[in-house]
Amino acid sequence: MPEIQMREALNQAMCEEMQRDPDVFLIGEEVAEYDGAYKVSQGMLAKFGPMRVVDAPISESGFAGLGVGAAMVGMRPIIEFMTFSFSLVAFDQVVNNAPKIRHMSGGQLKVPIVFRGISGPGQQLGATHSWTVDALYTHVPGLKVVCPTTAYDAKGLLKTAIRDDDPVIFLENESMYGLRGEVPEKEYLLPFGKADIKREGSDCTVVAWGHCCLIALAAAEKLHKEHGIEVEVIDPRTLRPLDMPAIMASVRKTGYCVTVEEGYPQCGVGAEIAAQLQENSFDYLDNSVIRVAALDVPMPYSKPLLQHVLPGVDRVADAIKKAIYFQG
Amino acid sequence: MTLNGKGVSVTTLVEPQQKIDPSPSQMMDWYRQMVLIRAFEMRCAQSYQQQKIGGFCHLYVGQEAVAVGSIAAVRPADYVITAYRDHGHAIARGMDIHPLFAELYGKKTGCSHGKGGSMHFFDAKKNFFGGHAIVGAHIPLATGLGWAAKYRKEDRVVLCYFGDGAMNQGSFHEALNLAGLFKLPIIFMVENNGYGMGTHLHRASAVTDLKLRTGDAYGIPGKDVDGMDCVAMYRMTMAAAEYCRKGNGSIFLDVKTYRYRGHSMSDPQKYRTKEEVAQYQEHDPIGRLEKQLKDSRILDDKKVTQISDEIHAQVEAAHEKADADAYPDTADVWSDIYANTFGDYKA
Repeated sequence: MPEIQMREALNQAMCEEMQRDPDVFLIGEEVAEYDGAYKVSQGMLAKFGPMRVVDAPISESGFAGLGVGAAMVGMRPIIEFMTFSFSLVAFDQVVNNAPKIRHMSGGQLKVPIVFRGISGPGQQLGATHSWTVDALYTHVPGLKVVCPTTAYDAKGLLKTAIRDDDPVIFLENESMYGLRGEVPEKEYLLPFGKADIKREGSDCTVVAWGHCCLIALAAAEKLHKEHGIEVEVIDPRTLRPLDMPAIMASVRKTGYCVTVEEGYPQCGVGAEIAAQLQENSFDYLDNSVIRVAALDVPMPYSKPLLQHVLPGVDRVADAIKKAIYFQG
Repeated sequence: MTLNGKGVSVTTLVEPQQKIDPSPSQMMDWYRQMVLIRAFEMRCAQSYQQQKIGGFCHLYVGQEAVAVGSIAAVRPADYVITAYRDHGHAIARGMDIHPLFAELYGKKTGCSHGKGGSMHFFDAKKNFFGGHAIVGAHIPLATGLGWAAKYRKEDRVVLCYFGDGAMNQGSFHEALNLAGLFKLPIIFMVENNGYGMGTHLHRASAVTDLKLRTGDAYGIPGKDVDGMDCVAMYRMTMAAAEYCRKGNGSIFLDVKTYRYRGHSMSDPQKYRTKEEVAQYQEHDPIGRLEKQLKDSRILDDKKVTQISDEIHAQVEAAHEKADADAYPDTADVWSDIYANTFGDYKA
């Protein structure tokens, strides 16, 4: 199986879907002539031309709304936000128009649109450019939220997102674009709402997605090597729909749960998972669910401060040890 | 003088099509539509006071000629989108009034099954795309409708209505820039009734000749039009639609109109005098068309009374039917959210 970068996997997904369906087009800042701010859309302008790979002005509310309007009449726009931090100036289009028009029209219309781009604190960009929007958008009925961890996941999930008839928030991570992974040459799609067990284990369940899933896997490996602790890492792949049955099944096996996210702890995704677990699996838990999240502060610029705020391998490993009452 | 971006004065490009004389039967149809909208709105006012209608309710009384004259000038395949004062546009686009009353009363038989309310009328089959309640937020959607038409090389124009208050929203300016940049076939129509809620245009807009705010700024030429005159609305919209269909891009119409009622039903209207309202009522769009039709001997007093009686009976019947209709089942809250459902999501 060929190994490709995550950015190539995303590129392949978009190109395949655009070849398959003439109603799919990509619009965003610098996606066409510049070949993509992060080179995800590299070569697409040459392949599909300027009506299908469209450079938008710096006008998020405008081009996000353009996408929603086009989707109302059956087109399948892919809106690239250079970062989801900039989606906040288009927040009304994303949380009010995209997910509510179907509802407010009594089901007469559908809005098949994908909003994709990077989420999460990048490379010391300061507080305004460092949003992790997972919880913000997962909060909204009518949206679907996808967060791929590997190149394989990215391609299969993006193809599903483009074919889905509802608005999908597709969250990528800048630091992961260059990571390589095996991707089959044959076409495949991955379903929404189906978690993937990224590592099997019997001592503690860790729920993590996207960049944090890689941190969780590193922490699991460290605990395995240092203490023989066997951690099960569950990657939900999509946060809405969220595969709680898979998380519950794992917790009922291990008795312990840790969640890891780069977003904030208050009303975060981990908080939601913990709440659902105590509602559905209380008797199976041998300790409280422990959340690892960004510290509850705006993202600082200075590198050591930023590293302190974000979850890292040691913090996750410590949380797992605490969760399972590990003495050592 | 407003330029179209190529240095050409648009007054030479877009002139109301004076030569197009609507037929007597067309004008009679518009007359009936306007009487119907007004009767519908007056029944809404009553139903609101009787607490049959909840939430906000923005009446179109006084502005009837705008929707009726302009929608008459476009085709069924064209796209229509508007803001929250949407009753008139829905009726002019041909929506049956029973599902509109039912929607207002929150009934299952409503056009949006009671999910939308007054501000969210939709009829996809008639290419009527709402009914949008956040001021200015639907204007970018109009660019998407225009984009789809252009992308698919379809002969369609978009008719996008909004109020003068919406022109101070960022979404308006972003949308107009995109429409100008991509040369999208959109008629942007400000229903300039002089007030954004209770604030007069002069207290809200740095430049009050509104076409100046789109012409040189976004390459979208603008024209003024008398929104109290249904025939003028028709002629100007015909010209504007032709301009868009020829691939010239978008056009902006500053439609001077007036609402007789408050911004919404809960507006005490302390910001204007009764004399001001009365002054505009002298130019009432229904009265004006009625006079034209009488002068042309198409209409007489007897016929006016007959039409009024018929329409009021039609409105009462639709209201009564909707009033008697059932509310949705509580289980219906789970439907109309996702088109592709998943797992155990109740849909």
